[in-house]
Amino acid sequence: MIVIKNISKSYSDTRALKNISLRVNRGELFGLIGPDGAGKTSLMRILTTLILPDSGKAKMDGLDVVSDFKKIRQIVGYMPGRFSLYQDLSVEENLNFFATVFGTTVEENYDLIRDIYYQIEPFKTRRAGKLSGGMKQKLALSCALIHKPKILILDEPTTGVDAVSRKEFWDMLKKLQTKEITILVSTPYMDEATLCDRVALVQNGQVLDVDSPTRITEKFPRKIIRVRSDETYRLINDLRAYEKAESVFAFGQFVHFVGINDEVETSELDMYLEKRNHKNILAEEIQPGIEDVFMNMQSNI
Amino acid sequence: MKTILYILQKEFRQIFRNRTMLPMIFGVPLVQMLILVFAATFDMKKIDMVVVDKDLSTTSRQLVAKFDGIPFYHVSQAVMDEKQAEALLLNGESDIALVIPANFERNLIRNNNGQLQLLIDAVDGNSAQLIYAYSGQIISSFNKNLIAHWKGIPEFAPPTQVKISETYWYNNELDYKWYMAPGILAILVTIIGMFMSGMNLVREKEIGTIEQLNVTPVKKYQFIIGKLVPFWVIALFDLAFGLLIAWLVFDLPIVGSLWLLFGFAGVYLIGVLGLGLFISTVTDTQQQVMFVSFFFMMIFILMGGIFTPVESMPHWAQIADRINPIFYFMKILRMIILKGSGFSDLLSEFLALCVLGVVFLSLAIWRYRKTI
Repeated sequence: MIVIKNISKSYSDTRALKNISLRVNRGELFGLIGPDGAGKTSLMRILTTLILPDSGKAKMDGLDVVSDFKKIRQIVGYMPGRFSLYQDLSVEENLNFFATVFGTTVEENYDLIRDIYYQIEPFKTRRAGKLSGGMKQKLALSCALIHKPKILILDEPTTGVDAVSRKEFWDMLKKLQTKEITILVSTPYMDEATLCDRVALVQNGQVLDVDSPTRITEKFPRKIIRVRSDETYRLINDLRAYEKAESVFAFGQFVHFVGINDEVETSELDMYLEKRNHKNILAEEIQPGIEDVFMNMQSNI
Repeated sequence: MKTILYILQKEFRQIFRNRTMLPMIFGVPLVQMLILVFAATFDMKKIDMVVVDKDLSTTSRQLVAKFDGIPFYHVSQAVMDEKQAEALLLNGESDIALVIPANFERNLIRNNNGQLQLLIDAVDGNSAQLIYAYSGQIISSFNKNLIAHWKGIPEFAPPTQVKISETYWYNNELDYKWYMAPGILAILVTIIGMFMSGMNLVREKEIGTIEQLNVTPVKKYQFIIGKLVPFWVIALFDLAFGLLIAWLVFDLPIVGSLWLLFGFAGVYLIGVLGLGLFISTVTDTQQQVMFVSFFFMMIFILMGGIFTPVESMPHWAQIADRINPIFYFMKILRMIILKGSGFSDLLSEFLALCVLGVVFLSLAIWRYRKTI
């Protein structure tokens, strides 16, 4: 269980965290969602006792991150955003090393990492630096789990990993959750947010909203229209120039459009775009996703 | 204890897997001992002399012949006026010009007073002094023989005079290599200790592994020991390797006790490693470590007395040298190797090294944070 109360942190003149409060329940898979520079890493570093907060309190399983930092290091598994294992040691050596510094052995907690480790076990004599991105991720997770932590903190674990490995990685997290491990994970990918039990939307060092992914999208009050035409770039510019437009964002091959009110109809957009000589126009109403919520919150700040 | 052993095992593994490390461990001593010791010498091997003989008399020719007869004087040119000689000095073709004025022999016989001029290239002050001293000796010995010859006394029975016979202690043949080798060894040990340990720790910062390590329950002292011991061992190994080369290649006599030598080196290294680690705790990249270490190394080496005796430095420099570990270590190495000094002779140096070791190491441990 993680309890964060009014945590603030500044680096010289940038305020990385502004009075953040959060609560992550035991055994929960909790996501911190936000763009780069939102303050996710700073928050995680405070929780893992790597940096001190300027003000506020945080407790990990009842232990204070400032005064009980030694005990916290025993119960927390941390996977930094950057691959931080020894690249010049082999897979096996890395795992043994981290087991030893935590005062345990690989055999003792093997059952916890078996599902993850068996996939990289065939390469156990290979240097960690020579592994593929997905395998590095699995090794890092194994090392973070080797001392059977109660809380697992993962800083953007899937950044730079291919789609298949990302999916596998999240399946593993789901499995770990069943073993009573509290997991706090940050990600810039909105699609991963839907896999969490609850998410916190973080922006500029502040929490915009905390809820389950479905509730967050349900709460979104606006109608979203997905638009497509042959010239995406001109489409965005034209839609932004439209007098009834409130927000317009590129979304893969589509453009998501939110009008100044929900009276704006798809047919209106069709007509407007036809006048502007767009070809193959498609405009349809869709269910909002987390990213829509997020983009809208951002533009409203 | 088990943790420390495991950390050590990991460090050694990484060191031996590092492609630049092994060549460094063996290459640095080889290059330093085989090249630097020979290269960094003050022995005058060859002095190029230009002669301006305006007298062209028997005596002047005898004097020139005397210089030419000395193995390391090379009378390369004879010119007719000072201008040309100066030009030769200026473009570095000659080290010294001997100017014999016209009527040198006549003045000598008539007035008992002959004059000579020596022009010496003093860009390198040390060798200029040596050249002057050598040349002065040659001329005065020539002078003595001249007097003896004219007075009819046989050359080998000079007039009554105090005769000096000298022995050079601890380095009989004034072999410069024997003087340099211990100094170079001190530098060698310091480079390994200071640079390598510092670079190693900061590398963990650069790669980011320190972040992962800091969230583990590894204790500060365990981590520092893990960083210290491998380079302590490697530096001592390199000292042994360097000594072996010196012994094999230029017969460096090791008069004193090897145990004492390595004991001192062990104590010295604690301080140097501590300083290296301290530098790495206040820097973030290997480049910064290099610059800061280099700054200290330059000062330590040049003030440590490798080329110039510390006793001839200004008083304030001698006082400043009290916090210079290389100064003590160079002195200790020379005293043990050449002179055979025992522990009691080196007690004050030992205490100084202990103090420096404790200070540098405490700084490193104090400054190393398990936070970022």
